[in-house]
Amino acid sequence: MFENLKEKLGKVLKNISGKGRLTEKNVEEAVKQVKLSLLEADVNYKVVKEFISRVKEKALGAEVLQSFTPEQQFIAILRDELVRILGEKKEDLKLVHRPSYVMFVGLQGSGKTTTAAKLAVFLKKSGRRPLLVAADLRRPAAVEQLIHLGNRVNVPVVVGDRKDLFKIVAEAKETAESRNHDVVILDTAGRLHIDDALMEELAKLKELLEPDEILMVVDAMVGQDAVNSARRFDEILDLTGFIVTKLDGDARGGVILSIRYITGKPVKFVGVGEKLDALEPFYPDRIASRILGMGDVLSLIDKIQQQMDAEKMKKMEEKFLKVKFDLEDFLEQLREFRKLGSMAEILEMIPGMPKVDLARSEEELKKTEAIICSMTKEERRNPRIIDYSRKRRIARGSGTTIQDVNRVLKSYETLKVMMKRLKKGRGLFKKFGIPF
Amino acid sequence: MLWKHTIHIQGSENMSLLGFLRTGLTKSRNAFFRKIGELLKGSKGIDEVREDLEETLILADVGVVTTEKILSELENRLNGAGEKDPLEELKDILVDILGGEDVPDIDTCIRPYVISVVGVNGTGKTTTIAKLAHMLIRKGKKVVLAAADTFRAAAIEQLKIWGERVGATVIAHDLGADAGAVAYDAVNHARARGKDVVIIDTAGRLHTKHNLMEELKKIHRVVGKVVNGAPHEVLLVIDATTGQNGLMQARVFKDEVGVTGVVVTKLDGTAKGGIVIPIRYELGVPIKLVGFGEGLEDLKPFSPRDYVEALLS
Ligand SMILES: Nc1nc2c(ncn2[C@@H]2O[C@H](COP(=O)(O)OP(=O)(O)OP(=O)(O)O)[C@@H](O)[C@H]2O)c(=O)[nH]1
Ligand SMILES: Nc1nc2c(ncn2[C@@H]2O[C@H](COP(=O)(O)OP(=O)(O)OP(=O)(O)O)[C@@H](O)[C@H]2O)c(=O)[nH]1
Ligand SMILES: [Mg+2]
Ligand SMILES: [Mg+2]
Repeated sequence: MFENLKEKLGKVLKNISGKGRLTEKNVEEAVKQVKLSLLEADVNYKVVKEFISRVKEKALGAEVLQSFTPEQQFIAILRDELVRILGEKKEDLKLVHRPSYVMFVGLQGSGKTTTAAKLAVFLKKSGRRPLLVAADLRRPAAVEQLIHLGNRVNVPVVVGDRKDLFKIVAEAKETAESRNHDVVILDTAGRLHIDDALMEELAKLKELLEPDEILMVVDAMVGQDAVNSARRFDEILDLTGFIVTKLDGDARGGVILSIRYITGKPVKFVGVGEKLDALEPFYPDRIASRILGMGDVLSLIDKIQQQMDAEKMKKMEEKFLKVKFDLEDFLEQLREFRKLGSMAEILEMIPGMPKVDLARSEEELKKTEAIICSMTKEERRNPRIIDYSRKRRIARGSGTTIQDVNRVLKSYETLKVMMKRLKKGRGLFKKFGIPF
Repeated sequence: MLWKHTIHIQGSENMSLLGFLRTGLTKSRNAFFRKIGELLKGSKGIDEVREDLEETLILADVGVVTTEKILSELENRLNGAGEKDPLEELKDILVDILGGEDVPDIDTCIRPYVISVVGVNGTGKTTTIAKLAHMLIRKGKKVVLAAADTFRAAAIEQLKIWGERVGATVIAHDLGADAGAVAYDAVNHARARGKDVVIIDTAGRLHTKHNLMEELKKIHRVVGKVVNGAPHEVLLVIDATTGQNGLMQARVFKDEVGVTGVVVTKLDGTAKGGIVIPIRYELGVPIKLVGFGEGLEDLKPFSPRDYVEALLS
């Protein structure tokens, strides 16, 4: 329902002409939309209230810059505030000791055991020698679960006698030293933050291990209560950070904002699947757009940057910006974007872009290609001359129908219009780092 | 042991629902309750306390949209003729939404009665199955558990341990086996041996994963071939800490596999599980059971009245 915050903000703020200040009234409206969107994303109510009042203050004081529309200005403020809370850049694990201990803690079912195994895989890839410790003696088959996972990724698991937690930990220490493991990852039982006895147990484990990292594993689907559990775990254990799991679903992940705001501790990794390689470092700037429901502008840049070299990029930028944008350019764009995933998907990531139905499948791309290649050079350069009889010829030549030809021409027109809009919004995109 | 869970950590608004759920207390006397109660009594309309009510409901994960609907309904009712106690009106609205005064029952009359337990990862499906089996066995039913989570590491072992503890037969294949085949065998076993209930433990899956939802449908199709109308019950397990995503979960699971009821788990924490209100309100899916601990006794039929009392306390 609040999916498209960008559109709503657009409506609220568009009446203001290009220059001047944001007014009290339209900021009020805009802020209301943001509030709804954040609540819908499960950001804690109290956090939302404080956040919103800051944004409002900033927005009212801000001078609208020449190159920005008020809407863009507002979104930039919003985004800056979000990033300010979430942290500017990714935070790595700090494994200083040898062996270095890492404790996984959290509520029941959040994903600790799975993530412990994932982190072992991650560390192994970066040349470490991890050891897993099965320190959940409560949940039925928790130890077996970790043994299975350890086997699967070829990381040894310390099991102990399965009765005495502290003996197991002692054994883990011994094994680590004698077998030369440099990171020891401890999987603990899930527990409620209000269970004093079990929280005390964690505090004792901490004392014993002096871990470099105590990571609380938090489910991305969690709602308003996340602040209560995170705060309590942090109070008792002085966490070094969080891992947020199950972000592969469609939860907006407002919990990330809440826990960071409440504890000041960074999210270090995110879990994006049940497979053991589905763990990624956390990039704060990228999640901002997801929480806001505005399309993941920054992931887009990353995607593009990864898959295109700089030179091609420059050429592409020129194409994007040149006044002339003909069907040959169009085809080239399609081919280029196919590499990145479907064009429509990419464009949907850009805020404010209308939905376009472009060649989504390989098959459709082939069809589009056939159609464009059946045109004369003249037609490709100047599509306006394509009348009905030309269309009929093109359809016949490409083995398609006139409807197909029309569809391609329409897609082309839509994209052309979008190019123009991209150009106009250039300042904003520059700010977000999008190179066009 | 469990009572320890009810310790407040940051003021009364975080009080656990457990006490209420276990004892079905009808009146609570903590500070927040009085605040809302008094505010409502002293005020002419709900205008003055609207924000407090909004905050209470949203912090319980009821969601903005449903909260607004509830509050405007409250306004309507209070504008009607006669003196009304606003707090009691609000409770009545919530109880109505949640299905009225009746406490739902799982009627396992058909034999074998097949219950499929579904939901996203880690919500408490397997544990709930153990508790439910325990509840049914105590009523004299013979229960078979199907270890149809053949995907997650040690899911089968976990169910076997529970099966042993509660005295239920567990039908299992190996890790990676076809989940439908396990369910098929379990239902066949139950039919052949005259068992009363089959409960299928399915792997946790995000509702957004198309292929996994298809697998679930297949499991259901397969058991439907053995026993007409099976699965008779499809229980969606929702973790009480779940936020607005819970509504999407319920919507997709309902559309894809015809959920017949919701189980809310982990109500022994500080989360209130308010997402069940929009689930019931927007989708009409009834809430059937509540889980409030890791022990076998920690499962109860859902009483809308008790729940609402706890929610507004
Ligand atoms: N889709 C998805 N599922 C995940 C992710 N991380 C964990 N899971 C699943 O979540 C469920 C719970 O994971 P566990 O690792 O057992 O959770 P836990 O915190 O160890 O649970 P307890 O020990 O019972 O407290 C399992 O079904 C996992 O496969 C993730 O990033 N994405
Ligand atoms: N405090 C509390 N913990 C619970 C409750 N129900 C389940 N749990 C715990 O939550 C964790 C996950 O429970 P499971 O039953 O394994 O969850 P699941 O949905 O089967 O998980 P997957 O099969 O991995 O998707 C375990 O640690 C359980 O002990 C409850 O009502 N209260
Ligand atoms: Mg675990
Ligand atoms: Mg399970």
